[in-house]
Amino acid sequence: MATIRRRKQPEDEVEQRPDPKLDEDDDKEEKASKRSEKKNKSKNYSCIDNCCWFVGCVCSAWWLLLFLYNAMPSSFPQYVTEAITGPLPDPPGVKCLKEGLKVKHPVVFVPGIVTGGLELWEGHQCMHGLFRKRLWGGTFGEVYKRPSCWVQHMSLDNKTGMDPPGIRVRPVSGLVAADYFAPGYFVWAVLIANLARVGYEEKNMYMASYDWRLSFQNTEVRDQTLSRIKSNIELMVATNGGKKAVVIPHSMGVIYFLHFMKWVEAPAPMGGGGGSDWCAKHIKAVINIGGPFLGVPKAIAGLFSAEAKDIASARALAPGVLDSDLFQIQTLQHLMRMSRTWDSTMSMIPKGGDTIWGGIDWSPEEGYSPSKRKQGKNDTKLSIQNESASKVCESTQANYGRMVSFGREVAEAPSSDIERIEFRGAVKGNNVANNTCRDVWTEYHDMGFGGIKAVSEYKVFTAGEIVDMLEFVAPKMMERGSAHFSYGIAENLDDPKYAHYKYWSNPLETKLPNAPDMEIYSMYGVGIPTERAYIYKLTPAAECYIPFQIDTSAKDQNEDGCLKDGVYTVDGDETVPALSAGFMCAKGWRGKTRFNPSGIKTYVREYDHNPPSNFLEGRGTQSGAHVDIMGNFQLIEDVIRVAAGATGEELGGDQVYTGIFEWSEKIDLKL
Amino acid sequence: MSLLRRRKRPDDDAPQPPHTAEDDDKKGKSQKKSAKKKRRNSYSCVDNCCWLVGCICTTWWFLLFLYNTMPASFPQYLTEKITGALPDPPGVKCVKEGLEPKHPVVFVPGIVTGGLELWEGHECAEGLFRKRLWGGTFGEIYRRPSCWLQHMSLDNETGLDPAGIRVRPVSGLVAADYFAPGYFVWAVLIANLARVGYEEKNMYMAAYDWRLSFQNTEVRDRTLSRIKRNIELMVEINDGQKAVIIPHSMGVLYFLHFMKWVEAPAPMGGGGGSDWCAKHIKAVMNIGGPLLGAPKALSGLFSAEAKDVAFARGIAPGVLDSDVFHIQTLQHIMRMSRTWDSTMSMIPKGGETIWGGLDWSPEEGYIPSNRTHENVHNSFCSQNESDSKVCQARNPNYGRIISFGRDVAELHSSKLERIDFRGAVKGKNLANSTCRDVWTEYHEMGFSGIKAISEYKAYTAGDLLDMLEFVAPKMMERGNVHFSHGLAENLDDPKYAHYKYWSNALETKLPNAPDMEIYSLYGVGIPTERAYVYKLAPTAECYIPFQIDNTAGDTDEHVCLKDGVYTVDGDETVPALSAGFMCAKGWRGKTRFNPSGIKTYIREYDHNPPSNFLEGRGTQSGAHVDIMGNFQLIEDVIRVAAGGSGEQLGGDRVYTDIFKWSDKINIKL
Repeated sequence: MATIRRRKQPEDEVEQRPDPKLDEDDDKEEKASKRSEKKNKSKNYSCIDNCCWFVGCVCSAWWLLLFLYNAMPSSFPQYVTEAITGPLPDPPGVKCLKEGLKVKHPVVFVPGIVTGGLELWEGHQCMHGLFRKRLWGGTFGEVYKRPSCWVQHMSLDNKTGMDPPGIRVRPVSGLVAADYFAPGYFVWAVLIANLARVGYEEKNMYMASYDWRLSFQNTEVRDQTLSRIKSNIELMVATNGGKKAVVIPHSMGVIYFLHFMKWVEAPAPMGGGGGSDWCAKHIKAVINIGGPFLGVPKAIAGLFSAEAKDIASARALAPGVLDSDLFQIQTLQHLMRMSRTWDSTMSMIPKGGDTIWGGIDWSPEEGYSPSKRKQGKNDTKLSIQNESASKVCESTQANYGRMVSFGREVAEAPSSDIERIEFRGAVKGNNVANNTCRDVWTEYHDMGFGGIKAVSEYKVFTAGEIVDMLEFVAPKMMERGSAHFSYGIAENLDDPKYAHYKYWSNPLETKLPNAPDMEIYSMYGVGIPTERAYIYKLTPAAECYIPFQIDTSAKDQNEDGCLKDGVYTVDGDETVPALSAGFMCAKGWRGKTRFNPSGIKTYVREYDHNPPSNFLEGRGTQSGAHVDIMGNFQLIEDVIRVAAGATGEELGGDQVYTGIFEWSEKIDLKL
Repeated sequence: MSLLRRRKRPDDDAPQPPHTAEDDDKKGKSQKKSAKKKRRNSYSCVDNCCWLVGCICTTWWFLLFLYNTMPASFPQYLTEKITGALPDPPGVKCVKEGLEPKHPVVFVPGIVTGGLELWEGHECAEGLFRKRLWGGTFGEIYRRPSCWLQHMSLDNETGLDPAGIRVRPVSGLVAADYFAPGYFVWAVLIANLARVGYEEKNMYMAAYDWRLSFQNTEVRDRTLSRIKRNIELMVEINDGQKAVIIPHSMGVLYFLHFMKWVEAPAPMGGGGGSDWCAKHIKAVMNIGGPLLGAPKALSGLFSAEAKDVAFARGIAPGVLDSDVFHIQTLQHIMRMSRTWDSTMSMIPKGGETIWGGLDWSPEEGYIPSNRTHENVHNSFCSQNESDSKVCQARNPNYGRIISFGRDVAELHSSKLERIDFRGAVKGKNLANSTCRDVWTEYHEMGFSGIKAISEYKAYTAGDLLDMLEFVAPKMMERGNVHFSHGLAENLDDPKYAHYKYWSNALETKLPNAPDMEIYSLYGVGIPTERAYVYKLAPTAECYIPFQIDNTAGDTDEHVCLKDGVYTVDGDETVPALSAGFMCAKGWRGKTRFNPSGIKTYIREYDHNPPSNFLEGRGTQSGAHVDIMGNFQLIEDVIRVAAGGSGEQLGGDRVYTDIFKWSDKINIKL
């Protein structure tokens, strides 16, 4: 319409031009000048007018649509979806309800890292007006409005790993803590809604939210979170007729709950003093969803260079953006500085060293060709549908054991050809960073050129060496971390030193509680390439920059190759490799072992990733991705069945798509 | 600008006709032109609209942008400019004095203020799973009113969930921090406690479903057990420091019930042992507690209206009565609220002994303008002597809580002719069947029943119970299982072990906890409903037969009768007598209601309305809910939570004649 009007105006003017001829001559000049003035003005106006007019049109249209949207019956989107994709299956809650399943066992959710909301209870001046507003989770509005203030408040104290003075950021409590991470991005909400269908409500559902930035024991020290969880589980068991609880931890919550189970039975003051049969009395089953039992390689990349696959591929797409000072504050460095104050990230450093993750020349997953796995040990028919959709990658004998290699040729060379120079004890050299960078670099500015060179000349790091390397690179952080976490394998579990809390979250250094009736499930998604090993390079010497970077130029030519943007991938749920999520239940705890002295039954249930077929399905009902799996109908159904009283046998025992049992065989661990 | 353009166009068009040269083209052209003109005109209308909308939107965005870029301290700066420097909020003040968190704090919200959310519902409530039905924006009331009513109602027989519907209380501090966006309840108190260092590990909101009878919250949701466990937990993780409980409004009664429940043996009680309260509770700070009930509850139950509704009816007669809203608003609300057992907990308790008989009442003859000089322990009150006249009573008979007709209300009792309604035949059903679903109780009354009620003329607090039983037998039957409104003769009677007595302060003993303290904190200085003048409604078919007679009002501004309602001093909802009596007399010292001699304190807060709109709901308010933002009260709470005792706060602080009124009440102690 705007164009029509613009075209019309000239027409008017053309028609007017002949006028003056017939008009009185004396008025002519006056009028003409007036008119031109008017014309000028009207042109001026018409521009603003047109703008206003345009905005008005857009607004009106928007309102109309909004009105229609609101007036639309709420079943309409579902109707459209069904018209396109055919009738949707019943949500698992409805299905179970129809089968007559009912509330039986109270349910406890243990959220993972990152997904739980954090809110401000006390802050500096710059956070004025945000009391009890979410700093983490929700809309993240404050990140954009006041980024440096936000970073300051989200960081913990560098020395103690607790609150910095004058700042109190606390976990949100209740189901709202982690039902949605951001508006519209569900985490637990779908599971909660389906459980509610069979009759669950807040008296038998509990969200064990905790401050996921703290080390596990510190959540008890600062917030008494472990005590609260203990008390709430006791309460729920007592008010539900003595029915034991079903605990559902997700992601880091899995190792948090491992810690809890040791804590609750340990004597006070270090533990909760619940007695050695607390777990046996209060827990029916632990349903671990996507648990990084043995750690995740992604955590290394995060700690080492504040980047993971996503960032590395972003850098490959638009080189220079992240490196430049475009954002004024050097984004990555600040993120790194913040996340390095979070002790909890260290809980996910790969555990078990070379025994589990492989050495320079071998790894449990190598030689596995994912296209064959379909014919393997499937217990359900589900897999037949999606044979083609989930090729993870065709490995060309990747040396997964070399978790960090400097340069691609190193990653692929046979071990005899690699010359490594020991970095331990190397002189770190003088300080590279000038003073202006000091506040950004909390750790690297102690390193100096010598140190950086020493690290890169060691060339290849296996899982066992990585812990040493991190201690070399970030001594302060690791000092804090090693007070709270341990990454080894126990030789002798009866050694009294294992009574210390730093071992409680490592399944390879603890025994499971004495609870023969309990069940432990490992549920995780498979069929998505998951980070397993990295190729690094030294950064071109920028002054205030993180000295190491993932070498995004290293990739296979083949599309389906395992090496992409400098990252070797294996099968997993995009964050946790299947090995880490499944090994303990597949082998470490299977039957009576030294890690599982009472013979708790374990089940491995894998869910094959099947991406949503169209955008109407949102994040899909058959997803296997780390967080999206919380909306996987199959998984939800399993959870509901267990909550309603079923055992692992009744679910159908193991359900496996990967070679997890074969890989586990290759791992030589004393049981 | 739109004017300019419109004016210009005729200018352009006018000079054209005279000079058209070619005659043959003339017609065609003019036709074309007129068509064009028309089109242009019609465009210009739409255009102008769009243009206007655009202007408004742009300005709006601009203002929004400015608002967002405005530094957060700006409004405060502005307020300070106008009203002078604001006092420090009490939290900051206490931090400066060095107070620190000591005792864990438990909030017990009152009726209405707690949020309720949907867990299971019918088809019509689709998409509202875990959304608030009560509290928040109340958007659903407007969108699907009948669905909303259906889901908010409870079962008429059991007082529990109707089939297929589960509405549950919101849990956590969010349950009652804000009732609606911007309308705080506990938020200010929470914020101030947080300044001193409180956080969620030592603050707990004991949210419960306020529609249920108290014992049913345990039966259905295990709420009492949860509160017990959470208090135990908080005491445990805070180094054994006992908890400070802060109930508000009906929460006060709920917590009375809790204290009896927790020490009673299982299965009826919580089995905490007879020293549970002594071990876990340092102080109970009742805020605006209707310990003896509130007359407002009566009018709500009797005719679904209170002062506000009667007042609205006075202003715009006919609106509420007509079927404008399609569903007959009041009847539906009445039907819904009558399924809520909890409303019955607030029926005035203690009968004529407490609330007065036909010819006397404790408050009568009290002249509010004098009261500020008496019994005041601090200098605070001298500021606001003039602005707190509640009303000049000319001997109203407050004891007659309901009178039919104004003349009856003022007549001397000897001249009153009353015909007993008890046992009157209710007569045949006057409601036709279409009304039946709206009238749950009245449709069984019939004309003669209604007549019998009105001919009894005046009801005292004691008569009222009988009357309600006559009018709403089903509701009262349910209610009598859960609540009692009497006055115990002998507290050791074994019948008082039943839970229905636990929320009545006059039929229970306080727990054996000599170190505990009980506070009554409440606002005064606002006219509060105390007695009503009723009339029969003009016989509309489906209508509630009784109405407050809003024509009954004194001509003088400062009098006690207005729009058919007699008022006394109080916090707008609870009369001072109800909030203060137990702490002023019933529990003072060692009495039979307080065998262990728990110390009691009365702290009244004189109402001082906000001086300008920038202050919002004021920092010196005494109104029932707004008092939660009263700086003075918050400071008192913080001091107690930080370890202060009642003596350190300054003991009693009284503006009304609560002690004199209490003296007039003849109760065996």
